[in-house]
Amino acid sequence: MSRAVRFAPLALLLLVLAGLVWRLARPSDSTVPSKLEGKPVPVFALAPGIASKPSLSSSDLATGRPHIVNFFASWCVPCITEVKLLQQLKERGVSIEGIAVRDRPEDIGDFLARNGDPYERIGSDDQSRVQIAMGSSGVPESFIVDGRGIVRYQHIGAIEVSDVPMILSKLEQAG
Amino acid sequence: MIAEAGLAALWLAAGLAALQLVLMIAALRADLGAARTMQSIAAVQGGLTLIAFAMLLIVFARTDLSVALVFENSHSAKPFIYKVAGAWGNHEGSMLLWVTVLSVAGAFLALLSRRTSQRTLVAALGAQAALALGFYAFLLIASNPFARLNPAPFEGRGLNPLLQDPGLAFHPPTLYFGYVGLSIAFSLAVGALLTGEVDSRLARAMRPWVLGAWILLTLGITAGSYWAYYELGWGGYWFWDPVENASLMPWLAATALLHSINVLAARGALKAWTMMLAVIAFSMSMVGTFLVRSGILTSVHAFAIDPERGTFLLALLAIYVGAAFGLFAWRGASLKEGAPFELVSRETGLVINNLLLSVILAIVFVGTLYPLFVEAITGEKLSVGAPYFNAVAGPLALMLALLVGIGPLLAWRRERRPMFKQLTVPALLGVSALVFTIILAPGMHILPRLGLMVAAYLAAASVLPLIGRSPFRAPLATWGMVVAHFGIAVALTGMAMNAAFTSETLAIAKPGEILSAGPWHVQLQDVTPTAGKNWTALEATLKASRGEGLVTLKPQMRYFTDPPTETNEAAIDTFWNGQLYTIVGKADPNGGWQLRLWWKPFVTLIWAGGALIALGGALALLGHLRRLLRRRREPNWRGRYA
Repeated sequence: MSRAVRFAPLALLLLVLAGLVWRLARPSDSTVPSKLEGKPVPVFALAPGIASKPSLSSSDLATGRPHIVNFFASWCVPCITEVKLLQQLKERGVSIEGIAVRDRPEDIGDFLARNGDPYERIGSDDQSRVQIAMGSSGVPESFIVDGRGIVRYQHIGAIEVSDVPMILSKLEQAG
Repeated sequence: MIAEAGLAALWLAAGLAALQLVLMIAALRADLGAARTMQSIAAVQGGLTLIAFAMLLIVFARTDLSVALVFENSHSAKPFIYKVAGAWGNHEGSMLLWVTVLSVAGAFLALLSRRTSQRTLVAALGAQAALALGFYAFLLIASNPFARLNPAPFEGRGLNPLLQDPGLAFHPPTLYFGYVGLSIAFSLAVGALLTGEVDSRLARAMRPWVLGAWILLTLGITAGSYWAYYELGWGGYWFWDPVENASLMPWLAATALLHSINVLAARGALKAWTMMLAVIAFSMSMVGTFLVRSGILTSVHAFAIDPERGTFLLALLAIYVGAAFGLFAWRGASLKEGAPFELVSRETGLVINNLLLSVILAIVFVGTLYPLFVEAITGEKLSVGAPYFNAVAGPLALMLALLVGIGPLLAWRRERRPMFKQLTVPALLGVSALVFTIILAPGMHILPRLGLMVAAYLAAASVLPLIGRSPFRAPLATWGMVVAHFGIAVALTGMAMNAAFTSETLAIAKPGEILSAGPWHVQLQDVTPTAGKNWTALEATLKASRGEGLVTLKPQMRYFTDPPTETNEAAIDTFWNGQLYTIVGKADPNGGWQLRLWWKPFVTLIWAGGALIALGGALALLGHLRRLLRRRREPNWRGRYA
């Protein structure tokens, strides 16, 4: 048996080990960054989610200042606590747009009356089409969109108090 | 006291393993007659680990919450059998089980092996001790199963409810016995490379171990696949998940080894290759354990991720596999290839079998680790899924199945008879299966279509070795081979049928509504609450019919309280020609329920085939062991059987 053949397994092993060591040495980061970050928001125009507010379309986002686009639903329990925090963000001057996923106007009205209403506009995404186009898989989820309508950040799950400084700095970067 | 006794037994066993390793080095250098001593040490070491494992079982059976591991993984309200099974349903306990099997296997090697030379046995026992020593260190330093909590808490943290299932209580130990059984093949190969005694005698000594480990791996994989099928509620039997691949890779290597070992035993050929495979088979077991236990790859099997343990296991892997490969590089040149063979011969058939199995193994290995390497080089995150594995490994597996029908008919060294006459009936069957599928299901995908064709051919071809002679005078090993090869045809039929003819319905139904899945009409009667010992559930009552008769299915959505978890309990009804598989999901705000129904024709053949393959292995093992015993009774026997 030639020398090359005899040493091949050892060489292959070293290669695999090098890869595994590299992977172990890195801090484990299981979050997959959104593929949409750095890309424009997909084009959409939604029906109004509630009669008393304007509806939302993608053109409403490219207005020169950053927005938070928040996917929520009246049937979503974590959204109740999140919407109160969004209210505080609004009071600090952040513009927040809502997209109600698979919801009904009367339920949205009840939800906002009970928990507060931070939204400038609310679109109704009754078939989850926009949600899927944005690469979102559940509610609540929030996107930071900059003044040119480009997605800068995707936040999966409810925004918690501890996330607020990070959200504000992302907004600042986007602005 | 019990936990401390277990810990003490482990420390003692580790000390003995170190002694065994030192004795091996001394014996090989100075030609000391250390074999007897080492055999005793190996036996005592095996006994000590058994004691340690028994102590762990006792603390779990008593729910002794002062032991941290019991607190983390058990609960006083859990059914007794799962309390005991909880002992190995966690990282530390399963590693203790791993070490126990490793050293008990070493003890059996020491006590039973009469076939290798004393020198090779000494070297192999030393290698086994080196393996055990590393894993003792891992347990004692990085994952002590007997660590205490002070003060003891009042209640445990429960067990993952998915694990409260008889299938899962016994599937991991089966796999572990298989994984670790391969360690003996590894140690024997390392021993033989050290002493240079790679011959047919070694192959015959190694064969029962490989066969035994392979049977358990086959059973473990089959059981795991069925468990995933009915417990996870996804309706699939194989997901190409990294943890599944971790069990498949040693199996593929062991399957190749099982075949090449026969060439070495019968003809003294393929020496270097067989030794390499023996090393690779156990290396794959270690890679599997590392992948599962380090959490380096994202998997549906959510095990705790711990980089320290991962590093430790990786270091062990690097030492053992590196040493074995290094030994191969160093000693490989001295291996002389055995008896020559011609192009058309059983040897060639087995070489092609080995090549195909090795390529499939490489495909699975690369597919499993590919995401890691892509991320290392380009930084992009991706996952490799079923489409890759099916498309790349599927055709090769079919080619292999074609060969399985031919190989056993070939003679050793040189085949002179024309082969094709014997294969007429199987070939005709295959072609008619193809024609049938084209007529009955013109839209069928190519891979399942070819799968059905090959399965029909192989079902007939696999029994040919028994035709033309009196079947009951054929050796048991031949029977074993026939049964195992027939099992491949059976499993292949199930897989192809499942891929081609499954019908699925996902809908929201209100009580009274009727849905259809394949030939079945299923009516949702109602959904009612129910409760078990540590769970509550919503249970749907479904009435299903396909023309005649009426069956009732009761799928559940279970809520476990501690830890709070939801699981889907599928209700499955098995018929001779398939399974009706039903799942109930969440309620819809309008009073409906999510229902998922599958009609899966002949899906049970997949696991029946797996069981047949394992049964074939068991028959072959019985045959080899019987021959071994018979030979022991004839002291003057000399190399008559090949």
